[in-house]
Amino acid sequence: MDKTTEKAPRPNNQTSVFVQRKRTFTLAFLGVAALFVVSAVVTNYEIIGGLESIPKAVIWMAQHFVPNAKAWSRLPYILSKLVETALVSVAVTVCAAICAFFFSLLGTKTTRTAPWIARIVRIIAAFFRNVPDVVWAILLLFSFGQNILTGFFALFFSTFGMLTRTFIETIDEVSASCVEALYATGATSLQTVFNGVIPSSLPEIVSWVLYMIETNIRSSTLIGILTATGIGYLFDLYYKRMDYSSASLVVISIVILVIAIEILSNKIRKVIM
Amino acid sequence: MSELDIAGQPPVSLDIVKYMRKTRGGKIKTATKSKSNRAIKITLFVLLALTIYGFLTFDYKNVDIAKAMAGTWNNVKVLFGQPKLTYGTWGGSLKALFVTFSLGALATIFGAIIAFFGSLLCAKNIANPYVANITKSFVAFIRAVPTILWVLIFTVAAGLGSVAAVIGLTFHSAGYLIKAYAESIEEMDEGTIEALKASGASFWQIVFQAILPSSISRMTAWTFLRFEINFTNALAVGAAAGVGGIGFDLYMAGNHYFDLRELGYITYIVVAAVILLEMIATKIKATVR
Repeated sequence: MDKTTEKAPRPNNQTSVFVQRKRTFTLAFLGVAALFVVSAVVTNYEIIGGLESIPKAVIWMAQHFVPNAKAWSRLPYILSKLVETALVSVAVTVCAAICAFFFSLLGTKTTRTAPWIARIVRIIAAFFRNVPDVVWAILLLFSFGQNILTGFFALFFSTFGMLTRTFIETIDEVSASCVEALYATGATSLQTVFNGVIPSSLPEIVSWVLYMIETNIRSSTLIGILTATGIGYLFDLYYKRMDYSSASLVVISIVILVIAIEILSNKIRKVIM
Repeated sequence: MSELDIAGQPPVSLDIVKYMRKTRGGKIKTATKSKSNRAIKITLFVLLALTIYGFLTFDYKNVDIAKAMAGTWNNVKVLFGQPKLTYGTWGGSLKALFVTFSLGALATIFGAIIAFFGSLLCAKNIANPYVANITKSFVAFIRAVPTILWVLIFTVAAGLGSVAAVIGLTFHSAGYLIKAYAESIEEMDEGTIEALKASGASFWQIVFQAILPSSISRMTAWTFLRFEINFTNALAVGAAAGVGGIGFDLYMAGNHYFDLRELGYITYIVVAAVILLEMIATKIKATVR
């Protein structure tokens, strides 16, 4: 793309970058359009119906999706469930991060484990990352029942997979040079980890952990609906009873929590990075 | 003490030992004291404290953890070891997979179109600061509502079906992509926009001749990343809101038929699809760059 700024003379038989660019754009546009049409047919998606439903939904929300006196009286209960969900997300992320950190040490180039160990670590991480948390939730529901631990483990497995991959990448990227230096001075693997890897990659790791806490609060709503726990269950309960004003208060409290956590983690990120 | 006196300059101390901080035992401290280190320590301490507090206060409902874990391990073995279809068919599962894929694709396309125009209102280097702030707050609100709740809210207004699912997924995709696109636009060279402005180009000329060509590769990478997320979200929405696709099959196999083997079979199909999508996305990202 930057070729437009160069002033090299162009042979006549070569198509200009502008023509080439236009051609690529047209092809991409046609591809996307085809995908759109096929997808709309497969899912029976009505384009006009979809557009019409947006103003309808807004009007409906303005009329019914407003907390009333009855909803406000439920606020303490909603808040207690919200706190529970937030604590689950934090606990899941912290536990998964601790496990993922030690696990990812086996998978990085910096700690110089055998290549086959690193490969196995990556495959295990890919497995946990790619099995959707919905499957874990349904599976755990069999033995754990409608319990807070069902949601905990369902989120734990997918968070663990996700964080192992990102930690391996972070450690490889950030601490390569200082690890090299430490090995040169004759430090052992453990010394390298505690004096080189941890200090240099900690800011990135904390930043990822904060991001995962945010994500997990959103996912735990969904897992809550499936496993009948936490704030997700509360929303589902009010929603199925058609008590929309209480449901709206649940949504508002989730929004405030997520935005508060986002603002807080952005502040922390600014200081540590 | 070794001191140097260079041509009348004040003596420079080379006594490095004086500057080293030591522990009581005489070891040299290697960690630096900085604001960032303190912030990291406080953050980690607070998170650990919250975790411990959480574990102490959770309502476990007297579940026998050892027994439940052993049971789960057996279930995992059945799930991944003996996958078998009883209620569904191979073709039906593939069709359901394609429906989920299409829901994700539609939401990504809508989200990308909305996000392209939204990001123009939001990127610092081209937008009006007031408009940018309002857009950013609005987007932060949209992103804060979990996808499943958007879908359930739209289900009431539009009825159960693909419309509610796609619009619900689109809300979150658009919010996510607006932020990502705006960051891609903010990363571009300031001089290009300045030069075009000076030559009297209109706003849309700047957008299509400078902004789009220079940030399209990053935007494409972000869009594919979002497509992967949308696929898993479409799956989850299918399971939790009952809008169809392979997510609904998962839900039926697990929570309705209680058939682990069926669940295992569908899980394998889903995992294969997710890995395939990831591979395609990696390839496209590599060619775009």
